[in-house]
Amino acid sequence: MLIDTLITGLVAGGTYALVAMGLTIQFGISRIMNLAHGDTIIAACFASFILFSVFGLSPILALMIVVPAGYVLSDAIYRLIMRPLVARAPNAGALEVDSILVTFGLLFVIQGVLLVAFGGNYTGYTFLNTPVDLFGTIVAANRLLALFLALVFGITLIFVLSRTRWGMTLRAVSIAPENAPLVGIDINRAARTAFALGGALAATAGVVVSMYQTFTATIGVIFTMKALIVVILGGKGSLTGALIGGLLLGLVETFVAAYIDPGLTLAATYTIFLLLLILRPTGFFGQAG
Amino acid sequence: MSTTVAFILAAAALAGLAVAPLFLNAYGIGLLVGMTGYVVLASAWAMFSGPTRYVSLATVAFFGIGAYTVAVLSETLPYPLVLLCACAIGLTVALIVGLSTLRLAGIYFVIFTFGLAELIRQLVTWYEVNVTGTLGRYIFLPFEGIHIYWQLLALAAVTLLLSWWISRSRLGLALRAVGDDEVVAAHAGINVSRAKLMLFALSATIITLVGAIQAPRWVYVEPAIVFNPTISFLTLIMALLGGATRLWGPALGAVPLFLLFEWLSANFPNYFSIILGIFFICIVFFLPQGVLAKIEGLRRPAGKVPPEDKERSGAA
Amino acid sequence: MSQTVLRRAFLRSVSAFGAAALFLSAMSEGATAQDDRTSVRIGYAVSLSGANAGGAGITTIPNYRLWVEDVNAAGGLLLPDGSRLPIEVIEYDDRSSSEEAVRAVERLATQDEVDFILPPWGTGFNLAIAPLMARAGYPQIAVTAVTDRAPEFVERWPSSFWLLGGGADYSTALAAVMAEARDAGAINNQVAMISVADGFGIDLVNAARPALAEAGFELVYDEVFPVGTSDFSTILNEARATTADSFVAFSYPPHTFALMQQSQVVDYSPPLFYLGVGAGFPVFQNMNAENVEGVMSLGGIDPNNPQNAAYRERHQEVIGAPADYWASVITYSSLQMLQQAIERVGLDREAVTQELATGTFETAAGTITLENNQLRDLWWVGQWQGGTFVGVAPTDREGASAPQLPKPGWN
Repeated sequence: MLIDTLITGLVAGGTYALVAMGLTIQFGISRIMNLAHGDTIIAACFASFILFSVFGLSPILALMIVVPAGYVLSDAIYRLIMRPLVARAPNAGALEVDSILVTFGLLFVIQGVLLVAFGGNYTGYTFLNTPVDLFGTIVAANRLLALFLALVFGITLIFVLSRTRWGMTLRAVSIAPENAPLVGIDINRAARTAFALGGALAATAGVVVSMYQTFTATIGVIFTMKALIVVILGGKGSLTGALIGGLLLGLVETFVAAYIDPGLTLAATYTIFLLLLILRPTGFFGQAG
Repeated sequence: MSTTVAFILAAAALAGLAVAPLFLNAYGIGLLVGMTGYVVLASAWAMFSGPTRYVSLATVAFFGIGAYTVAVLSETLPYPLVLLCACAIGLTVALIVGLSTLRLAGIYFVIFTFGLAELIRQLVTWYEVNVTGTLGRYIFLPFEGIHIYWQLLALAAVTLLLSWWISRSRLGLALRAVGDDEVVAAHAGINVSRAKLMLFALSATIITLVGAIQAPRWVYVEPAIVFNPTISFLTLIMALLGGATRLWGPALGAVPLFLLFEWLSANFPNYFSIILGIFFICIVFFLPQGVLAKIEGLRRPAGKVPPEDKERSGAA
Repeated sequence: MSQTVLRRAFLRSVSAFGAAALFLSAMSEGATAQDDRTSVRIGYAVSLSGANAGGAGITTIPNYRLWVEDVNAAGGLLLPDGSRLPIEVIEYDDRSSSEEAVRAVERLATQDEVDFILPPWGTGFNLAIAPLMARAGYPQIAVTAVTDRAPEFVERWPSSFWLLGGGADYSTALAAVMAEARDAGAINNQVAMISVADGFGIDLVNAARPALAEAGFELVYDEVFPVGTSDFSTILNEARATTADSFVAFSYPPHTFALMQQSQVVDYSPPLFYLGVGAGFPVFQNMNAENVEGVMSLGGIDPNNPQNAAYRERHQEVIGAPADYWASVITYSSLQMLQQAIERVGLDREAVTQELATGTFETAAGTITLENNQLRDLWWVGQWQGGTFVGVAPTDREGASAPQLPKPGWN
């Protein structure tokens, strides 16, 4: 029973981690609190649905198309919308609040385009909905794939950010944006790269989630909320935090459902979220200040 | 003396607005209800968020509390008492929230208030399902649009009067100091926490009342209906459009935006979301300080910037 | 405060309200009634965007559009004098907000002065507009509103009609089907039941508990989950761990889809498997192919009814997607009722209301006569049989299929 709950929780948490990683990079390095994150995920869901049902392309292969597309589109959005805001913001606080407002507008634009293109219907398909035996607990292969991809992408990115020169540049911008130019770092480029990287991660999450969850054009905000909770849990800009925070969220929901009351899973999540905000707003893995 | 003149003119305008619905059809009154509702919401939001520059997304949390209180109590208590109860509950929640978020600033305050609305919605749902065994409540109060409009109009007048009074009082001064620089304000001997808390509670109580007054129009109330996060964002963008630091700013933002939305949803029902989103982005881009500041900025010779326009959200 | 500042402040307030007044003055005039009319104006406000767009997009909007297309293709609405008038549609988006829905109906009634108003999607929104519709004298043929209090609402708003029954109807019918199956030895007398913590789910589960108890069933698992739940592994594992032969979920579409997918993964295939709203949606069948066989839910159709078959074909042809198996055909039929009532008594709303209450109508869902402004002749329980979701209860209704239990295992 305990092992069951633990494994189910971790697998569920894999999805949350995958969903949150893009947001934490955008928030931590580019200083953009992207409320349209969930809608980016939904757009990717629809993209892989079209590739699967019209072109017969497997979602695994769809990743090769949708993920680069997510990168390129996010890069364009940054140049077009975010850059002018960054340029005029007197400080990080003003930028964060501006970015919340502007991405809220973006959320409606993406949602509106999806509504016009696909209508408001429930959409979905089945892929890899096969049982996998994991230490005696049966889990769905597609959900396990989400956990696997979260770990692979997460650990790869953590490694790249901490070991390569390019990664150091991004981290420098995240930790001390005001000092970065002194050592010859192009902040604008670093922020744009991070934002685009976040978009690519959101696209990954979208493709994976579409394999096991039905979606409509208007449910993006659910993913944004989940991602936001994980980001606050893990600390902004921390991929390690997002990974562990996501798994933790999955565990909390599963344990509350199993041992307390399935009706309280979401209330428990929000309580932890709000308490953490009050007690330790920088999260478990965030840098102070 | 000039103040007296202004008050007389304002009173005349109020009287005009009060008799206006007698000459309008139901849809005209419906427009007045929606418009006045958002004027109050935006003005009450700006009462706290304008001078302190703390961006709150908790509007719908209090709005929903007000609506739910009416739904729960409307059949057991006389209506004025129901409104009083709504006030008391809104005030209590606001004080608890205010006290616990005093340390939060900048984006963490924004996120907290966003999450708060969801938490309250989850708790109300859980309570209704497990304790009362129902979900969805009926409000059968004999109010028509015009009665709701008059109540909202009175609330709007009170809200604007309070805002005006606060901006002239020591409390308003203290809050503007917080918005400019919280640390300096504290050093200058201002009780920052108390000032913030008082205004947050006052603003939240007014928002609660708006929810309570509007609820009878919907007959049926459930958490998904009254805790709709779009309300928080619309309130915010209306206040910003007009200018959150001015007395008339939020009202001036709310009226044209409300009418624009109405026009859009009637003429472009299938493209409403896209146009709304683009409009939202444009406001942040081109009118970050609000219309009023923009107009004054155009009138004023270049180079002189009033202190309150220098930056909108200092706390980080 | 200087005088100029004050004056400016006042001018601002005047200009703000002045603009509004200008806009409003246009409102008080309204459209003038035309004597030589060239069309019948029909208006509706549904959730084209926001949280309810998913539900409205499958049941309400396609059927409104299909009906208008069908009527206008035939030359328009037939009137008692034999002439035809085309339908002119006025469509608004209520943005999934009660306040917007109320105002949109006020606008349709007093500004656009439409001849008829079609109802919005959802119980809450139908209740929100009910007082207005009644006051303005419009018949309200509410379809996507499931409520046990319909008799009381009819008394309160005499021009309102409620076509989809109440939660208790569905739960009681399910308990009856289950009791019969148990007595036949197909299932044991234990039930694992879950429900979504939202209006409709709670209505159903509140009625199901006493109904099941009275039928002699024992609830071995009974939990309520929040609307936002997306992972049901824990719930399904716990239900599977019980000895119950029946699994009953009063769920909404996203949960229904997830429950179906996840129970296949954990290989939980109890003899009786009942899911909530969404099990009759086309996407449900697309995603689960032959595994839908034997799954029970609300609604259903009579597979041998030729009008219904023709309707489903037409829906596929015009909308480009199949109709769902629960409320779609009732929505379309409610419009056919309106159409036939107009054909008999003309465009007078009072006469149409009277005709709707007392007349008999030939529709895609069969012959319909309302009782006390409610449609009581409905499929309360349905089951997927051979790729079609057929009605199985009430068992004595004409066209009812026999429930097939136990359900076959997953493929």
